[in-house]
Amino acid sequence: MTVETTYIAQSTAAASSTLGDDTIIMSTKDSTVFMLNSVGTAIWKSADGATPLARIVADKICAEFDVSSEQAMTDAKEFVEKLAQHGILLVSTEPLPPNPQN
Amino acid sequence: MSLLDEVDRKAMALGIPLNAQLDITWRCNERCVHCYLDHEGAGEMTTAEIKDAIRQMHESGTFFLSVSGGEPLLRRDCFEILEYARSLRMSVKLKTNATMIGPKEAARIRELGIGEVQISLYSHEDEVHDTITKLPGSLRRTIEGIRNLTANDVKVSISNVLMTHNAGHGLAVKQLADELGVIFHIDPTITPKLDGDRSILSLNISENQLEQAYHTEEFVGNVGEFCAPASSADTDYLDNYSCSAGHTYVYISPTGEVWPCVQFPMKCGSLREQKFGEIWRNSPAFTELRSVHLRDMPTCSQCNHASYCSRCPGLAYVEGDLRGPSSKDCRDSFVRTGIPVSIQTGTTSRVAQGAYGLVQIAAATGAGA
Repeated sequence: MTVETTYIAQSTAAASSTLGDDTIIMSTKDSTVFMLNSVGTAIWKSADGATPLARIVADKICAEFDVSSEQAMTDAKEFVEKLAQHGILLVSTEPLPPNPQN
Repeated sequence: MSLLDEVDRKAMALGIPLNAQLDITWRCNERCVHCYLDHEGAGEMTTAEIKDAIRQMHESGTFFLSVSGGEPLLRRDCFEILEYARSLRMSVKLKTNATMIGPKEAARIRELGIGEVQISLYSHEDEVHDTITKLPGSLRRTIEGIRNLTANDVKVSISNVLMTHNAGHGLAVKQLADELGVIFHIDPTITPKLDGDRSILSLNISENQLEQAYHTEEFVGNVGEFCAPASSADTDYLDNYSCSAGHTYVYISPTGEVWPCVQFPMKCGSLREQKFGEIWRNSPAFTELRSVHLRDMPTCSQCNHASYCSRCPGLAYVEGDLRGPSSKDCRDSFVRTGIPVSIQTGTTSRVAQGAYGLVQIAAATGAGA
């Protein structure tokens, strides 16, 4: 997976809610719970299936947080892969339709 | 601290009702001998009212929603309700006896992403289970429902309520749970009926049987850890609340009443009269509950079990005093740890005797025990 050719979308199999500045997410597949900080929340909220991950990182992470582009891309890739393993994010090399099912 | 502890701590700090149980009906196709409900169906919220209740709870921050009853599948709109909660991205658990879960229902539960289905199962023997539920054939139907769920990869947990009828069956039920590939929990709690009838408390297992259960690894995991009293080195424990009811946990009845917990029938408001957020934030009953810390409980604050007792404020309330002991939890703490309950009164420490190892401590002058 390369950040530049990756599209991500929130899976309908996930449960999520805001908790203050953070986001709590639970996989309904394996009940794993995550609490996303502001950076993770920014990626999660932008996972609309139509915006390339590279654009999300550039516009929502590098522009808003004090982090290098290279570090942000590496962290984003790791973050996406981890959530995808638990069925929380869907990952594709093509744009994903709205409300995609697993 | 686990992640869920951290989440709960944050919800507590923010005053968010993170967890909720919504009973969509008290009607049931079983009549379990130990059930605290009266199974009346009058005045149940409509589908629209329930959806609005869920929406309001979601807006207030509720994330973990347990949908229960009675038997929730007796409502024709049960799946519509579950679907609505999931459309709000809530984490939804379903509590059911599973007797009405066929292959189609199980598949729908999986499609909706219901995180867990919790099922009560009382014995591995038809006669014992069915005697408890008063529904002939119920064990077979419940097991069939479980198999339908597991065939659809739905996470299932069995709750085995311990009572006189099924005393000694726990290990066999655990074995059945293992064979079915589901999680197993014991529940040693028989509570009074919501109408105040305490006669069903006679179904509680004996102290010896409870002690045996608490020392069974298959039930509690590491027995040494489970039975050890927690360290009382934390001098701030008197500032603690005894549980999350009314702090990060809330209950909604089938008629829209709002209570701190299903086991805590203190009416804090009605969704037919006020918005949920208004009740949660400003109800006088919730305000009073949230003002009560352990140090405000005259007996419990002076008890040697204070720092680790799992006191249920709901049971204390049902016994007549929100700030008083819950005798069931006094017993549990004594049986679990083996440490006699001792209450400091004045300058005298009295080792309590009597039922569950505790008597109500009357006002003392500091004279000898």
